[in-house]
Amino acid sequence: MSGLLSSSIARKFAMALSALFLVFFLLMHVSINILSLFSEDAFNTASHFMGTNPLIQFVMQPILIIGVVFHFALGLILEIKNRKAQGVKYAQNNGAANSTWMSRNMIYSGAVILLLIAVHFVDFWFPELNYKYVQGLPEDPNRYYHELVEHFQNPARVGIYALAFIFLALHLLHGFQSAFQSMGANNKYTKGLKNFFAGYAIVVPALFIIIVLFHFLNH
Amino acid sequence: MDLTLKIWRQKDSNSKGQMVDYKVTEISEHMSFLEMMDVLNEQLVNSGDEPVAFDHDCREGICGMCSMYINGEAHGPDRGITTCQLHMRMFKDGDTITIEPFRASAFPVIKDLVVDRESFERIQHAGGFISVNTSGNTQDANALPISKIAADEAMDAAACIGCGACVASCKNSSAMLFVGAKVSQYALLPQGQIEAKERVLNMVAQMDKEGFGNCTNTGACEVECPKGISLENIARMNREYLKASI
Amino acid sequence: MATLDSKVPKGPIKDKWTTYKDKINLVNPANKRNIDIIVVGTGLAGGSACATLAEQGYNVKAFAYQDSPRRAHSIAAQGGINAAKNYQGDGDSNYRLFYDTVKGGDYRSREANVYRLAEVSGNIIDQCVAQGVPFARDYGGLLDNRSFGGVLVSRTFYAKGQTGQQLLLGAYSAMNRQIARGKITMYNRHEMLDVVKVDGKARGIIARDLITGKIERHSAHAVVIATGGYGNVYFLSTNAMGSNATAAWKIHKKGAFFANPCFTQIHPTCIPRSGDYQSKLTLMSESLRNDGRIWVPKNMDDVMAIREGRKKPTELTEDERDYYLERRYPAFGNLVPRDVASRAAKERCDAGYGINATGEAVYLDFKAAINRYGTEQALLHGDTNPSAAKIIELGEQVIEAKYGNLFQMYEKIVDENPYKTPMMIYPVTHYTMGGVWVDYNLMTTVDGLYCIGEANFSDHGANRLGASALMQGLADGYFVLPYTIGDYLANEIRTGEIPTDTKEFDAVEKEVQDRIDFFINNKGTKSVDHFHKRLGKVMWDKVGMARNEKHLKEAIAEIKEIRAEFWKDVKVPGNANEMNTELEKAGRVADFLELGELFALDALNRNESCGGHFREESVELDGPQKGEALRNDTDYKYVAAWEFKGEPSEAVLHKEELEFNDIELKTRSYK
Repeated sequence: MSGLLSSSIARKFAMALSALFLVFFLLMHVSINILSLFSEDAFNTASHFMGTNPLIQFVMQPILIIGVVFHFALGLILEIKNRKAQGVKYAQNNGAANSTWMSRNMIYSGAVILLLIAVHFVDFWFPELNYKYVQGLPEDPNRYYHELVEHFQNPARVGIYALAFIFLALHLLHGFQSAFQSMGANNKYTKGLKNFFAGYAIVVPALFIIIVLFHFLNH
Repeated sequence: MDLTLKIWRQKDSNSKGQMVDYKVTEISEHMSFLEMMDVLNEQLVNSGDEPVAFDHDCREGICGMCSMYINGEAHGPDRGITTCQLHMRMFKDGDTITIEPFRASAFPVIKDLVVDRESFERIQHAGGFISVNTSGNTQDANALPISKIAADEAMDAAACIGCGACVASCKNSSAMLFVGAKVSQYALLPQGQIEAKERVLNMVAQMDKEGFGNCTNTGACEVECPKGISLENIARMNREYLKASI
Repeated sequence: MATLDSKVPKGPIKDKWTTYKDKINLVNPANKRNIDIIVVGTGLAGGSACATLAEQGYNVKAFAYQDSPRRAHSIAAQGGINAAKNYQGDGDSNYRLFYDTVKGGDYRSREANVYRLAEVSGNIIDQCVAQGVPFARDYGGLLDNRSFGGVLVSRTFYAKGQTGQQLLLGAYSAMNRQIARGKITMYNRHEMLDVVKVDGKARGIIARDLITGKIERHSAHAVVIATGGYGNVYFLSTNAMGSNATAAWKIHKKGAFFANPCFTQIHPTCIPRSGDYQSKLTLMSESLRNDGRIWVPKNMDDVMAIREGRKKPTELTEDERDYYLERRYPAFGNLVPRDVASRAAKERCDAGYGINATGEAVYLDFKAAINRYGTEQALLHGDTNPSAAKIIELGEQVIEAKYGNLFQMYEKIVDENPYKTPMMIYPVTHYTMGGVWVDYNLMTTVDGLYCIGEANFSDHGANRLGASALMQGLADGYFVLPYTIGDYLANEIRTGEIPTDTKEFDAVEKEVQDRIDFFINNKGTKSVDHFHKRLGKVMWDKVGMARNEKHLKEAIAEIKEIRAEFWKDVKVPGNANEMNTELEKAGRVADFLELGELFALDALNRNESCGGHFREESVELDGPQKGEALRNDTDYKYVAAWEFKGEPSEAVLHKEELEFNDIELKTRSYK
């Protein structure tokens, strides 16, 4: 691992791969959540499948967690290294003249997303673990929708989620296309993809916000 | 016009530096930025002070010697030029201009605004060449046709003047645009293929060893580059590196 | 005393170099490892020499005052590099390149050297392509050529408008390969301050580390000077700010003869001076004269109106304009050689027709070209009756494709749009054909001391053709010096390492140290630039584009005065043991103040007009050439090589008679 990550380009590549993996996970997550807007049953069925399928529970889920931890840890390490590389700071630096706010503040948008994940774990994942493995309660394929709706009755929580999703959008706005650049995909053929990256970065977090607001307002 | 200059003064690499304020008056808008600095230095010499040391040479934007971080940007607020081509008409009477050296751990300050860019040299020694003897007994220049597109792209990458603005503008002090440009120039040409693997591995290894930061694709380097070197060169280097590693 | 033996080999000119190489002494590879060579200057000539010498096995120590060899001023050459490849099949040959170069140099260069240059020119292109230099190519993938002034074939290879940069980066990459192998030790930010001779042979140099101020001794079996020209003697030139003559002048004072210092090229298309603060002038490529028409107003009223801003140049009708080059030289028009174009501009401005505030500028107008190209393009687009606006739009597109980067550079500097209003241009010092005298081996009159590139005198005579400087630098460095130096070093294989703790090094180091101490301790009242500017003004006014006996004598006296005052009153702040840019400048200007005097002396001696050297006393008095430069082959068909004797004005003249066996001497005519 250390050998693989010892060069700056390998680290970029690892960062990009883990990022694309997380981007894909987001797509899955939002797809299932969208079901809750249309059909309680469909949402429950999908959630139950995800919550009980052993392949997902014991293979995919640990990979996902490792991916998240890896992405954050490496991001933090890179940030520390990069600050060291800069040495003395400029008395006046006009970063806005040559780069986007998003690209310069990935560590902060990332930190907000990390907070979101923590909140999310406390809200859903820990109770889920508690339900399934600590207390060993019987399977109930119909509980997921209600839990979702219940959680998003609290306006503070809705506000926190919505805000965090905006940061997710900012993170993705730079991150998605940056991952492609890191993997070497930037040439005349990839110009058209730029719009797709930006679209994704806005649409996916927006959908999450819509879902949260929908349940807050509708129940 | 009259201006206030805030300039980084540092006696040598071992001393601590600080920003010092100076006033210059009757600056013509037709002056280049460095000519304005000449006026300041003439003024300092005449008053018995030490002039501000800064790197410069050709003063026509090609040698890559001049540096300076002006009002928070490498080579100042204009685009596609070096500091020597920056003209005072970009500023207004009464302005305060902040002038600092290029900052990066791999570019230590030598004196005032002069920095040491030997790290760039060592990266070039690690692989910035094609191993061909200079005997003159190489094959005829037209024996190896090269597509115009490849030749033009290689030329665009080769236009790098090695000034270091990319490193100075990068919040991570990454040298990837500089290294990417050199790797790209050779990667695009058939002559460069034979040593392509070793070249990219060695140059990147040396770049890392010099203490440059990691690229996070902010794109600041491309915007501030006086020669408009494209980010595509970094992507190409990434590809070349992965190809060589696998 | 050294005498002038050019050591040109016997035999027909076509075989000289080959035969010579066959018989030259060689050093065997095992012995090369024990031989050190110092190369001062790492531009095209020095850099390429370092690369080849190191590759052959010598230990090379290379010195550059910049922080990298890649920054040498060779990098600023825009247009291209000549080579007799005949890729275009337009009848080019080594002989034709040789002929054009000798004729272009107004028959004041050494035939054998120029032929050798033409002979190796093709190798340069092969070499550079192999190194990965991205020359321009056509759609078939083969190398493209363009045509340059003064010749009838297309033999100029180019890499956009940055040919010098790309060739230098090629030489730099070849150096890097040898630095990585440990065969070249690179001393960046070091300046050579003197040469050390032991028993009459060059054995080392004294250099100053420009960061720490430390004075260092470096020894070697041979020393190569490749430090470029001395154009900065004029203060304002197209040279880099740091370009200086110190190395060349110091070796001159230690016994190397200095040849033809008055042969200086004044380039006609530079952006004019705009004020006294100006530090350097920027060249606009010669290629612009292909499409631009040069003019000044016919009437003095219009001149004054334009100067005062009451009138715009675009408001003048064709009748009110004086296209003086087309008027005087109908055959060549705006494409006369550089020296002729420069003098014609000066003639108009001296007569009071200069169009800017300083009175030293003429117009270079692209309106006719824009209209011509625009009409042509409209026809190609099938538009037989285009509007005026459409023609201009299409024409500007063509001009932009050809010269876009130059137009942009002009606009950045002058803040005027050259598509809409004519460019202002004026001649400026650009290149020095004169330099250290060398023989066929490129060795100076000091044993073991070589001089290559612009720093020597040999190949361009009294005027250099466009795209020939790059060719000469690389030819000397890659393909000539590395062979000829072996002839000398073959006798050095038993010498062993040269010690630096000898009395000879002690003595020269003391000279260098004393001079530095003097500057630091002098505490005068005037800055170095003050003296440099004064010298520059004398040089420009009295030893500039047109020279006469009276002015030259005055110049010699005035330079002496300035020099005396300099040594009394110069002020250098700071200390010797640190980075001190004023101290660096002081040393360089001190040498320019001596060189300038020799320059004027040489110009005074050469009472003929040839190439870049124009004596007002030597002009055609009647006939169709009336008023044009008059060369005097009877009295001045020689190289003037000056030997230093304590004062520049006491220099002793040695003549190397030039022989032209393979070329007929003709008068240049552009009427």
